[in-house]
Amino acid sequence: MNLIFDIAWTHVLARLRQTGVAIAGVATGVGFSIMMASLMQGSQDDFIKQLVNAMPHITVSDERRAPPPQPAERFYDAAEIHNLTPEARRRGIKNPLATMAALEPWLPGGIAPTVRVQAIIRYASHDVATAVVAIDPRREASVSDLPKQMRGATLAALYRATNAIILGDRLSEKIGARIGANITLQTSEGARMNAQVVGFFHTGVRSVDESTAYVLVKTGQILAQQTGLINELRIRLGDPMISREIADRVERETGYKSVSWQEAHEDLMSSFVIRNLIMFTVVGAILLVASFGTYNIISTITHEKARDIAIMKSLGLSEFTVRSIFVVEASIIGVAGAAVGFVLGYLLCVGLGSIEIKSPFLDTDRLPLAYSYVHYLLAGIVALLSSVVAGYQPARKAARLHPVEIIRGAT
Amino acid sequence: MSIDAATPLIEARKVTRILPGIVPTTLVSDVDLVIRPHEFVAITGPSGSGKSSLLYLLGLLDVPTSGEVLIEGKVTTVMTEDERALARLTMLGFVFQFHFLLPELTVRDNVTLPMRALGRLSREQMLERAEMLLSSLGLADHMKKRPDQLSGGQRQRVAVARSLANEPPVILADEPTGSLDSKASEQVFEVLQELVAVQGKTVVAVTHDLAMAERMDRQIELLDGRIISDHAHPAAQAPA
Ligand SMILES: Nc1ncnc2c1ncn2[C@@H]1O[C@H](COP(=O)(O)OP(=O)(O)OP(=O)(O)O)[C@@H](O)[C@H]1O
Ligand SMILES: [Mg+2]
Repeated sequence: MNLIFDIAWTHVLARLRQTGVAIAGVATGVGFSIMMASLMQGSQDDFIKQLVNAMPHITVSDERRAPPPQPAERFYDAAEIHNLTPEARRRGIKNPLATMAALEPWLPGGIAPTVRVQAIIRYASHDVATAVVAIDPRREASVSDLPKQMRGATLAALYRATNAIILGDRLSEKIGARIGANITLQTSEGARMNAQVVGFFHTGVRSVDESTAYVLVKTGQILAQQTGLINELRIRLGDPMISREIADRVERETGYKSVSWQEAHEDLMSSFVIRNLIMFTVVGAILLVASFGTYNIISTITHEKARDIAIMKSLGLSEFTVRSIFVVEASIIGVAGAAVGFVLGYLLCVGLGSIEIKSPFLDTDRLPLAYSYVHYLLAGIVALLSSVVAGYQPARKAARLHPVEIIRGAT
Repeated sequence: MSIDAATPLIEARKVTRILPGIVPTTLVSDVDLVIRPHEFVAITGPSGSGKSSLLYLLGLLDVPTSGEVLIEGKVTTVMTEDERALARLTMLGFVFQFHFLLPELTVRDNVTLPMRALGRLSREQMLERAEMLLSSLGLADHMKKRPDQLSGGQRQRVAVARSLANEPPVILADEPTGSLDSKASEQVFEVLQELVAVQGKTVVAVTHDLAMAERMDRQIELLDGRIISDHAHPAAQAPA
């Protein structure tokens, strides 16, 4: 083994410049792969974080996944009813306080009651469709970042006026409403209400900031024209990644449809899968191209060292030994390339992370980057594997060489 | 291992080697030959008569087109490439016309190379043996040098040391003195002579120095790939 490594090492040293180029090729591939992965993962994480922070991890609504069985179905086996038209008027969650009290003991997070009403906001000559979310400011901190996302006022401002309302900052810009402005809310059921703007919030998620408004639960119930109505329970967990499992359990225990953020954004999640697929393809291509360099140098060395190979084989070194020498050389390039690539990748990430960018779509002024040893591990393994594969072919050819053919030619 | 003096060490039976091609070239034709232990054999003949080709066949570097080469009575044509490689490593020592040392390795590492490939000795034992071999060939001062820092004669002696690395019973040498001046030639010849006389090795050496061939036990003469004469030299030094 030692012999194989020693000879491989002398070959590498004898061709320092060319092996250097091959190592640089692999290193570039590994470095940029790491940077790519870090950037893609970072932006994805950042996006999910914003998304997760902008909405409840689990939303329990006053719907059921399956329509309730109809009397006819209960009495006659043959009866089956499809496409039931749901009741126009939703009843809300029954006994919301008792339901919440039943969930709270085991729920690893907070829960808060909400009334959600669709309304049109009218102000000046603007009409904007808005999701009006009625909340309990004392509980809000346990289910969302809203208290932290307030601009110009605190959540407590909701108590300051009758029918106080807090608007998303983009929504307020759109309609030109400032603090103190009196706006009109109107629902499709014909309810109409005047409300006073007492503050703004900014989540960073555009769709939320331009079409959401917060009011008190009591105000929401008046707007929905249903006293005592709670039509949504919002849950935030310590660990958002377990939302699916918790949502399933909540649904089993309450019977109400509980939707985790992952379920609500299934399309987004699947687009991440596609994004990652694209990333792996590109990264794979980069590393593949880098392995061409390894192939090149190993073939060159085997050609140059044909005489040495013939000598070794004539002395009685086995095919395996000779092949291993060149596979080891390829691995040396792979390992050195990966090592240099790790440093390069890290520096690229640090460099990218220090660039300030101004974007109307992003809240942050730095590129989001995720540092994970997995990126390094994967890029390293792929680089090493592709180097070995690239070196194997010329190594095998060299090992099969008949020494006597070379010796005949040389004498 | 002890070798019965009667058992042939190397035996060629009707060995023919034809290089395929548009015009096939016959390198060696219908050669029958027996090499016995402790012999010091010269192979002579004009250039192109097939001396090297025959040596490669006897040394298992090449495979006959027809016929058999036997080493210690074992048929080698049915062996795999790796089995032949192992036989070369343990049974046969080669000295080529040109030294054929590995240029990147030191003299000492060139000599330990076959030992390391075989892996039967410890590292210390290998170094000790390499130093012993090189010292006995007058190369004690050159162990750490690279082959290109040596003279032709010195290189050839390193090649001899290397061929002895795994203590093979047979040394095959292809014009070991071909590229050397008369003084260096004489030195290398004496080394080979001593291997037979003192260490009881078997040496088969290709040479076109007829005076040198005269001083060996037996002379085999080739012409156009065939043996045209094979006779002993009673006048040559008797084995020790
Ligand atoms: N690679 C080759 N391709 C074709 N013919 C070859 C090749 N090598 C050798 N020959 C031919 O084979 C024959 C035997 O060659 P070989 O090298 O065995 O002769 P030799 O007796 O060793 O000669 P020399 O004394 O010049 O070394 C020669 O006629 C030569 O022309
Ligand atoms: Mg020759």
